[in-house]
Amino acid sequence: MLDIATAYTKYSFLGNDFLTWLWCIIETDQDITRLMASKEPISLDIGNSLVLENTLGDKSKEKITIKGDQAGLEEGTTALKKGAKVTEMNLVCTLGKEAEYTFTIKGESFNITGLKPPAAGKDGADDEIEGLVLEKAHLLFRITRVIDTLFLAYLTQRTADDWKDNDLARMRAWIYND
Amino acid sequence: MGFLSTTLSVSRYHIENTFDSEPMEQVRQGLVKHAIPKLENEYEEISAGWTPYESPYLPDFEKFSFVFGPYFLFSLRIDKKSIPAKLVHKQMAMEIEKKKEKSGRDFISKNEKSEIKEMVMDVLMHKMPSIPNVYDILWNYESADLFVFTTQKAANEFFETIFLKSFNLKPIRIFPYTLVETKSGFSAAQKDRILTLTPLHHVR
Repeated sequence: MLDIATAYTKYSFLGNDFLTWLWCIIETDQDITRLMASKEPISLDIGNSLVLENTLGDKSKEKITIKGDQAGLEEGTTALKKGAKVTEMNLVCTLGKEAEYTFTIKGESFNITGLKPPAAGKDGADDEIEGLVLEKAHLLFRITRVIDTLFLAYLTQRTADDWKDNDLARMRAWIYND
Repeated sequence: MGFLSTTLSVSRYHIENTFDSEPMEQVRQGLVKHAIPKLENEYEEISAGWTPYESPYLPDFEKFSFVFGPYFLFSLRIDKKSIPAKLVHKQMAMEIEKKKEKSGRDFISKNEKSEIKEMVMDVLMHKMPSIPNVYDILWNYESADLFVFTTQKAANEFFETIFLKSFNLKPIRIFPYTLVETKSGFSAAQKDRILTLTPLHHVR
């Protein structure tokens, strides 16, 4: 394995490209359940924020933040056309019938903030704390498995022979509204 | 944000290697050995150590468990003294005035001011109580996954250092590259293909 600090900088683009691909998957209504080969239905939506970054000619950076529950994301695709990349995304993920998670994920670090898993039951007596811990832990590991599976699915597509003709062509068509 | 809070921040780790034997006992020993001291040290600016999840301010691992089903759950507490600048200015002004009166002079030299500042900082540092920050840790030993419930860089750096010292196991921060290397199950050839990728550009 490479030195961690070197690897972090060198491969930070992997996470950002993944978020861009994921945004396209969501916006073009692709079947995420099938993509993840999941036994239970999984749905994903863009939540209340999307952050893009563009490196300008003079090497300064331009940050584009789109916020709000009903915010239009056209400014985001415009930014993609100019070379911006998605660096952070708020997502709403529903597993099964009603287990809804919201969270924000950062592309380069995969740090998760603002994570709200489904309610894990009410506060009870001390002897119920083990139950609460187990349930909460289960919920957290469940959502991180979803993120990991999606990322690895992206990498599988990204390194497939037909990447250019399939996924990349679809992304370009979506960005440019072809 | 505590583990059972409604909203969480999460930094993820993969734990390299395992204990030779008796993981529960080894974890217990590591937690006890590097627990945060029960009594605050007046002279330390920063103090850090493990504490039970259910008792962050009374670090007693005999009384409180760190085992919850298949998980280890405990906390890292980092106590830090922080002296407000305005308080320093106030104390310095008072000490400078005292010095002027005592010496009968109207001015205080730069060196004398430095000495006064050092003395004021020392006194305030001893008097000031530490401010505790508690970060919960959830460890699934079987799957080698660990969550630290903060994304603060300094807290994570403290965690990595003290974890290695406590358990002699290396925590590897999970980000895209390390996820590929530690969790993907990809073949060596596939990993090589991934690691030769370059950023996508969508500019026409």
